[in-house]
Amino acid sequence: MRMLTFAGDWSMFSARAIRDAFRPPYELAETVRQIYEMGSRSVPLIAVSGFAVGIVLSMHTRASLERFGAEALIPAGLGIALVRETGPLTAGLLLSGRIGAGIGAELAAMKVTEQIDALEALAVDSFKFLVVTRVVACVIAVPILTTLMNFTGMLGGYVAETVRTGVPLGAYFDQAFSLVQFSDLIPSTLKTAVFGFIIASVGSYLGVNASGGTAGVGRASTHSVVLASMLLIAANVVLVRLIFFFYPA
Amino acid sequence: MATNAVAAVEFRGVTKAFGDLRVLEGVSLTIPTGRSLCILGRSGTGKSVTLKTIIGLIRPDAGTVLVGGRDITRLRGRELSEIRRGIGFLFQHAALFDSITVGENVAFPLRRHTKLDEPAIRERAGQLLAEVGLEREYDAMPDALSGGMRKRAGLARALALGPALLLADEPSAGLDPVTARDVDALLAGLRDAGQTTLVVVTHNIPSARTIGDELLFLDEGRVLARGSVESFDRSDVPLVREFMRSSGGG
Repeated sequence: MRMLTFAGDWSMFSARAIRDAFRPPYELAETVRQIYEMGSRSVPLIAVSGFAVGIVLSMHTRASLERFGAEALIPAGLGIALVRETGPLTAGLLLSGRIGAGIGAELAAMKVTEQIDALEALAVDSFKFLVVTRVVACVIAVPILTTLMNFTGMLGGYVAETVRTGVPLGAYFDQAFSLVQFSDLIPSTLKTAVFGFIIASVGSYLGVNASGGTAGVGRASTHSVVLASMLLIAANVVLVRLIFFFYPA
Repeated sequence: MATNAVAAVEFRGVTKAFGDLRVLEGVSLTIPTGRSLCILGRSGTGKSVTLKTIIGLIRPDAGTVLVGGRDITRLRGRELSEIRRGIGFLFQHAALFDSITVGENVAFPLRRHTKLDEPAIRERAGQLLAEVGLEREYDAMPDALSGGMRKRAGLARALALGPALLLADEPSAGLDPVTARDVDALLAGLRDAGQTTLVVVTHNIPSARTIGDELLFLDEGRVLARGSVESFDRSDVPLVREFMRSSGGG
């Protein structure tokens, strides 16, 4: 019952965020600030994680392809795997922790300390100023960060491969992108805009509805990560199906 | 004291409950423009809810709240923002934005609602902070301030747009006696200038004596008494009398 209530309320909340995103005033300065905050502070996490994922993925790919004598396909296999699924999903899950928890905790803290009421009292539309700006920023930032993760993942794969085989950087990247097509890159990167929407809207919803002092802030933060991750994984199933529908393999 | 035909605030049969807890029960009251009203009462009797109802942060379950003659319970969006621009609100715990400096907090409404350029905004914010004795704290973060300093910064922010109506929730709570007197004097000065209607929630009877043209006593969601300081001192309502005495009055 509580999940149904959440689903209903969150859907209404999200629909309002979409509607208000297209209505002036647009709060551009705050949106840009949020993009910068989310983006710059997530870069180290995404870059390092992507690099590590690339190394591990390369080692697994080698272990599999070596059996068939297809080592030459390692960069291309890694490129496809990263760009199509591993990069977007890993970035989405990492960012639901990094950004989702941050939004949930920040807005919850503002709620319990009456800062959201203070915004309203100062004749500022708190929903637009706090929620819409974060949702728009996250929709923009997550695809960019996913692209960064894909790139650092490739770089990690290159390091793993060059240590083993001495393959040059240019040759590695030529091979890595040899099989990656438009239908691999663009839809799977753009689907992370949906991930961004889920992360920000869930975090914002739980944040602005927080209650119960500091314990409420903790709950909002934790639930933001858990619910956003679950919804993100569920949405990924639907989105991958849609991508295959529009771009058959 | 000049009063206009339209009351600054008017409650007509306002009722508000949170679950089973009835906070306001059919409250009716009028606050004339340019006057100051101090609301007294025990904790949890609806004083803060009254202030938040005036500015539309809480919507009553029943009744009408007129601010400057307009029913704020029916306003939304831009119309509501327009009314709020003319109201300053000092929150009980100041509610400063903790991610920006004290100066930026005070500058925030100026930046949002005026066409002043950046140097003018900084100058005005600095002046407001100086009025509450915080001229050195412009670049400090709110969490570096004491509770009393935060309260004063909140007052500076509430005054930034020169509000016609100032709502203050316990402005002198947590302040040392000297600073409390300064804040009281600031509020009394606003009252005397006649440009600002004051509605102040306080437990501090000396403050109420300084600030209030009238006092109002809320108890269990109802208006128990209303009148001048002198009439409260002579009140035959035991709770009011006891409150005035125990809080340093009478």
